[in-house]
Amino acid sequence: MNGSERVVSTGTSAIQNGSGAAAILSAGLGSFVLAVLAFAGDKSALIKSYLVFYKPTGPLSGVTTTAILVWILTWAILEWRWLNRTVAAGRIFAIALALLGLSLLLTFPPVVDLF
Amino acid sequence: MEITTRSLWTLIHGMGFGALYLLACSGALVELFRLTAKSEAFDLTSGHERFMKAYLLTMVALAWAAVLTGTYIIYPWYRAVPSLGATDLSMFPQRLLISSPSTSGWHSLGMEWKEHIAWLVPISITMVAFVFIRYGRELKNHRQLRAAVLCFALVSFFAAGVAGFFGAMLNKYAPVQGGKTIQLSHGGEK
Repeated sequence: MNGSERVVSTGTSAIQNGSGAAAILSAGLGSFVLAVLAFAGDKSALIKSYLVFYKPTGPLSGVTTTAILVWILTWAILEWRWLNRTVAAGRIFAIALALLGLSLLLTFPPVVDLF
Repeated sequence: MEITTRSLWTLIHGMGFGALYLLACSGALVELFRLTAKSEAFDLTSGHERFMKAYLLTMVALAWAAVLTGTYIIYPWYRAVPSLGATDLSMFPQRLLISSPSTSGWHSLGMEWKEHIAWLVPISITMVAFVFIRYGRELKNHRQLRAAVLCFALVSFFAAGVAGFFGAMLNKYAPVQGGKTIQLSHGGEK
């Protein structure tokens, strides 16, 4: 992703939209990673075993811990890069909402069972 | 009147954190929708802005408390494995549910969905609170940002609703039991 491609100039606001876009895109990505890991753990015994970070909770511990780490790390990187920028919000929010929608689908067991 | 420690934790998780989050979220959605629909609505007083920030931060705390207590305190009791040949499964809710075709769906659909979708709640509402706190009244100049925040808040409400509904039903068909008994009051004889 080229940051300079995204930079547009539309704002009359005192605060650029980059920080908000970083928070929204990373939340969408974190949710999606959580759903993908849950799906992968359901389909592969090997992945499931790798996701057991805390035995009493089983693979759910690895699914959630990994997703939270990816979310926070992505958020920190995007915040650092976009903090004082105005970005193409429409496209970024569309991607974030698509990721969130896919997360909802992939956490729904009947959809997981289709594969 | 008495309650076990495991039942008490289930109450704290479900009624304390989960149900309170759902109630708070319904209020937040109304306010966020009002603010999203009209940018003029963002001419908030500083008191109103402070209240909204504190309200959203409380929701963040409730959401994290609900998923953390659910995942790391209650879920291990739910998925505990009985010893080989055990016939009384009342202390092993997951095994109790899947032992009968009439209840197995509460685990295979209910718990499997609940345990993952619930985690979308703290992620979404943390982002919503961050954006509101970061931008405050400035949000009136960011229509798309407001719309995206409202969508995430809606998803957090839906996800919390799914988790809450299945949590209640799972606890109805296979309650988490055991632990120390806490005496709440001594009942009088009738």
